[in-house]
Amino acid sequence: MENMVVLHKRGGRNLISSLNLRRFILLKKIVGMRVTKFLAIIAVLFSFTVMADAGTLEDVKARGKLNCIVSSGLAGFASPDGKGGWQGFDVDFCRAVAAAVLGSGDKVNFVPSTNRTRFAQLNAGEGDILFRNTTETLSRDVDLKLTFLPVNYYDGQGFLIRRSLGVTSATQLAGASVCVQVGTTTELNLADYFRFNKMEYEHLNTGTNAESIIMYESRRCDVYTTDASALASTRAALKNPSEHVILPEIISKEPLGGAVRHGDDRWADIGKWVVNALIIAEEMGITQKKVKELAKKPGNNPGMNRFLGTEGNMGEMLGLDKKWAVNAISAVGNYGEIFERHLGPKTPLALERGLNASWKAGGLLYAAPIR
Amino acid sequence: MDWLFLDAAFTGGSRDECSAKAGGACWAVIGERLNLFTYGFYPVAERWRVNLSLVLLIFTLFPILFEKAPYRKYALHIAVAFPFVTAWLLVGGLGLTPVETDQFGGFMLTLVIGITGIGFSLPIGILLALGRQSKLPAIQIFSIGFIEFIRGVPLITLLFVASTMLNYFLPPGVTFDLLLRVLIMVTLFASAYMAEVIRGGLQAIPKGQFEAADSMGLRYWSAMRLIVLPQAMKISIPGIVNTFIGLYKDTTLVIIIGLLDPLGIGRASLADTRWTGLSTEVYLFVAIFFFISCFGMARYSQHLENKLETDHKR
Repeated sequence: MENMVVLHKRGGRNLISSLNLRRFILLKKIVGMRVTKFLAIIAVLFSFTVMADAGTLEDVKARGKLNCIVSSGLAGFASPDGKGGWQGFDVDFCRAVAAAVLGSGDKVNFVPSTNRTRFAQLNAGEGDILFRNTTETLSRDVDLKLTFLPVNYYDGQGFLIRRSLGVTSATQLAGASVCVQVGTTTELNLADYFRFNKMEYEHLNTGTNAESIIMYESRRCDVYTTDASALASTRAALKNPSEHVILPEIISKEPLGGAVRHGDDRWADIGKWVVNALIIAEEMGITQKKVKELAKKPGNNPGMNRFLGTEGNMGEMLGLDKKWAVNAISAVGNYGEIFERHLGPKTPLALERGLNASWKAGGLLYAAPIR
Repeated sequence: MDWLFLDAAFTGGSRDECSAKAGGACWAVIGERLNLFTYGFYPVAERWRVNLSLVLLIFTLFPILFEKAPYRKYALHIAVAFPFVTAWLLVGGLGLTPVETDQFGGFMLTLVIGITGIGFSLPIGILLALGRQSKLPAIQIFSIGFIEFIRGVPLITLLFVASTMLNYFLPPGVTFDLLLRVLIMVTLFASAYMAEVIRGGLQAIPKGQFEAADSMGLRYWSAMRLIVLPQAMKISIPGIVNTFIGLYKDTTLVIIIGLLDPLGIGRASLADTRWTGLSTEVYLFVAIFFFISCFGMARYSQHLENKLETDHKR
């Protein structure tokens, strides 16, 4: 009896389910149509988005100003001067792009950003381009949907320590207390480095660079670790900079570069070739002073002629004026000049070119040719 | 004291020049950047508009704050136009060169955010407080929901929403001024707190006062305006000013979304390689500015309390 009941029930259920199936198919047909329509609407909306994105160059030209995302204050890279303008290494890259696109290095709106907001601001369209001392990584490229421009500063993590402690190499740091900013790649690199070298260390978290300096100055920690360029500016800000040394070891790769949003390759190309042009200008010995003179008439160097727009149509291909590179160089000078002005030995940061020298001088700067 | 004044250098082009002159504080950094601290990146040629706005502000505030001011009655009517005139002066358009709001910065930015927040949060707060006690369920639920939601979320979160999230929700191409978004968020935030402060005042009014108003045949709004609110507001003065001061100091949070208020300008100035390491001077200067404004507000609230003293303090 029980079995029969079960069978009966099962039969009933099958009946229902087959009925449901028919209904389901019908439903699917109706909904399916709606889904297609819905998708079509979304596609249309998306195409608008893409259209809006695809025209960064046109947007910038129509606006007559480049919106450039920079740091809200990082020694040597971006800081406001007393007259309401901005100065710095990253700032000059913004000016170069503005000069190449709009003909003048002054046609820039600087959009200050913090570490936390920079990518959101770029993706939300508040800036056309970002030069903010930003490390290129896989996740930022792929997950945050950025297109990175060529590296404009090869940085790496270093250690700052008091000279009086007599340490000359990071391998002698066993047992040291180290200040490190929390939640950064620096923190992870530090742990990796000490684990790899089988050394113990005491690690003191700090919130910001400024906090770290206070901790280091008050001797709460023996060592402060962060990117070498930031260490240089930190050292310059200490009371007696000569009492402190930056150890020779660089324990991580931090390739810093500009970035634009995914989805506008033409605009990315412009950013890329402006950075390349600044690097190539140094290779060719084209300086801010000489560039106007050189560009007056074609010389006997075809490569330089192409660069200066006296030969070929490189600017046109980019959708820019044929004097694009000349404008960029006359606004800010070549890579070497920018470096000297903001970071080089004559500035308080006193950074050596090191990895950031041209490949001809043993560095890593090697830009693809303009031809 | 020696460090502050006697040993300090007041001129110089960089920190090194300062330390060559004197061993104390280096105030030259403030001197060089006073304009930046005051106007932010506001175009130099248009700065008279900021100055004029400040003059207008003083002329508007004076009769509002002090009963004995001459022609007070007329001045109060004119005061209504103040927000519009100032907005026009600062942003431009209609005959004036437009100035992008991202050029705003420094003390001017603090004042714009602070005064807008203070000016709008009080009336909105009063409405919310009355709404929370309303007998109409829809109004009551809306008020409670609004107040509790805003109070339950940190201001920083709201600012982040204002600065980044909104752009994702709006259709592409539609931009909505960042400063305006911040102003709205700050005002809403302050209103929620204000509402609770005023509700505290309302609840301290004895029931007899409400009943007395009713028995006089006064309608709701007249009863509130003539009898309940004046007493409630008087009781809430310390709380209200407290909220004002808190709001005013909270304006420094905008640094997180990339607007440069005095604190942000100060931090950015320290990133100038000529001035690195002068954090004490810069922060002290900003602190003095905030202390003067906040202490001023506190003193005024005390003056107001004394003036309204009717001798039935419990």
